[in-house]
Amino acid sequence: MRLKKSLALLLTGGLAASIFLAGCGSKSGDDGKSSAKVIKIATQTPLSGGSATIGEAIKLGAQMKLDEEKKKFKELGFDLRLVPYDDQGDPKKGVANAQIIGADKSILAVVGHFNSGVAIPSSEVYEKYAIPMVSPANSAVEVTSRGLKTVNRIVARDDFQGPAGAEFAVNTLKAKKIFIIQDKTAYGTGLAEAFKKSAEEKGAEILGFEGITVGEKDFNGVLNQVVSKKPDLVYFGGIYAEGGLIIKQAREKGIKVPFLGGDGLDASTLVEIAGDAIKDTYITSLAGDSTKSEEGKKFKESYKAKFNKDTESYSVYGYDTMGVVLKGIEDAIKANDNKMPARAQVRDAVRGVKDYQGVLTKVSFDDIGDNNFAKVFIYSFKEAKYPAELVGEVSK
Amino acid sequence: MFNEVLHTIPQVLIDGLTLGAVYAVIAIGYTMVYGILELINFAHGEIFMSGAFIGTAILLVLTGIGWVSSLPAIVMLIAVLLITAVLTGFLGMGIERVAYRPLRNAPRLIPLITAIGISFLLQDIVRFIAELKKGNYIVTGPSLFTHQLSIKASSVSSIFNDATIKTSFVIVLVTAVIMMIGLDLFVNRTKWGMAMRAVAQDRETASLMTINVNKVISITFFIGSALGGATGVLFAVQYGTIDPYIGFILGLKAFTAAVLGGIGNIRGAMFGGLLLGLLEMFASANLTLLSHGIFGAEYKDVFAFIILILVLLFKPEGLFGKPVTEKV
Repeated sequence: MRLKKSLALLLTGGLAASIFLAGCGSKSGDDGKSSAKVIKIATQTPLSGGSATIGEAIKLGAQMKLDEEKKKFKELGFDLRLVPYDDQGDPKKGVANAQIIGADKSILAVVGHFNSGVAIPSSEVYEKYAIPMVSPANSAVEVTSRGLKTVNRIVARDDFQGPAGAEFAVNTLKAKKIFIIQDKTAYGTGLAEAFKKSAEEKGAEILGFEGITVGEKDFNGVLNQVVSKKPDLVYFGGIYAEGGLIIKQAREKGIKVPFLGGDGLDASTLVEIAGDAIKDTYITSLAGDSTKSEEGKKFKESYKAKFNKDTESYSVYGYDTMGVVLKGIEDAIKANDNKMPARAQVRDAVRGVKDYQGVLTKVSFDDIGDNNFAKVFIYSFKEAKYPAELVGEVSK
Repeated sequence: MFNEVLHTIPQVLIDGLTLGAVYAVIAIGYTMVYGILELINFAHGEIFMSGAFIGTAILLVLTGIGWVSSLPAIVMLIAVLLITAVLTGFLGMGIERVAYRPLRNAPRLIPLITAIGISFLLQDIVRFIAELKKGNYIVTGPSLFTHQLSIKASSVSSIFNDATIKTSFVIVLVTAVIMMIGLDLFVNRTKWGMAMRAVAQDRETASLMTINVNKVISITFFIGSALGGATGVLFAVQYGTIDPYIGFILGLKAFTAAVLGGIGNIRGAMFGGLLLGLLEMFASANLTLLSHGIFGAEYKDVFAFIILILVLLFKPEGLFGKPVTEKV
């Protein structure tokens, strides 16, 4: 562990140093021709720590889009540059970085964050400096519900997952009688309640709404209730560790009906725990599958060619987020007679982006920065294999 | 309403007995150590957890080299149970030697704190090793004994629903009962058992009667931990998935069971464990029904603990405990 940590530290140190050096290098080079005005765009994602893979994927996706658009902005007389920051998945670090970003006048927008817990306090700082932020991944309701002018996101909100699940359960799976189990956490109960409300509105009968305790391994008591109530669908609001066991123990009890859950179940460990019992399980997730469409495949290939890495599920979100940001900046430049726009102008232009078509997402922001075209994706486990198969999507 | 409760009774009994048997064997570990040292060995839940991990590791290795398919599952299970029991037995002895013996004459609180320290230590050591080897601390072992049996309870009386049991349930229950009977015989019929009871009664007098107290205490820890570790294996076989934190909640419940049965009393611990398991399972299956939906299954622990408080109010020494006069 210690070895791993010090290695990670060394690598991050090396990365930081090389970025710093590269930054210095290009700066001294650019000072010669002062004609091109520099526009910097920051990324704030976890580049070290547990979510580093995803943070790196978002950064690389964003960088790819930025590199593609460089030429276009050159013609407008601007020099685009990416400045990656590492928020370490830590709110304190995110806020500290936000202050640095705020102080650098040439940074016009931020792509980030990955963690909602980091995005919320950091965005208070962006709001102060009027720097627009577009998030590729934050799903917590409070990210946009505070009504900040600078905060936008292209993914769906958590509170849309429940209704989307209900829509799928009632209309596609034709469930009439539903039994709900939740894990008594803020996430699980919230999700389960949103699902319950929406399912009732759609005419399904809720046979039970029962809680379990996180950390326990024996859920036979609750499952006995399920057996005697005979529902035609079981909804679980919670995380994969309990979800996997519930599915497994339910199948052992002879409960053959489909299971449905939220993105908390979206993990390979779920399949490991439940094994073959996973069949006929559905999950709703905020992350789409980019490998299906033509553009997605093209994106995947050019990403691989450029970075010599395979895409992660969030790479394409980084790419599309950068696309939205650059569209906003371009609009602001044009509205400002091809002169350098102020931050507040960029902020309003980003919020004003309409019908932007990215590789995976279509983006139009509403008045609090949520994406009107945000979708929830439904995945189905047809065999004991992860990732699951995309079977549908529900839009707002 | 009453009929609906009756419908589920066969299944509730089966599930409750499985969980109860696990509680009972762990409770024995608590009660033995308390009986002899008046020390609450909070690391016992973690010994159980270590047993679950050791057993799963052995099973995974055996699966890896292909012995699982060639040997009958029951032979392999017995081998794994024995190896794990011996290993966790030594682990328990080691913990006693390192963390409790030097503090035997210290105030009662001090070994309690070292026990909590040891349990954190074990949790994180196991988590570290599991993450190193598997990349994830939630470990799923190979599934054994997954055959389903159906009990036609409805043919006995039409009030009951049919119940299903896994073969592993039978194995857990039978093994737990064998362990409990074996322990009972050991404590009550053998020379070492007699020495153990003597030390429990009065350590100093026992040492005057040429009983090697340190050795007896070591053996107590060995047996308690070996039983705990073997239960861990049974748990892993029954539920399939384990993580380094299973010892905490289960240990707490088992400790409660030990108190319910009368701490220090081995038969009390067995009975307390089975009772607690049954109560819990009954509550989580029927609370909603009994309270007309006001209290859901999540209140099962509240229900079980209210019963515990009621019992202790009227019988503070526990169901099987004898009122003891303060030792002078």
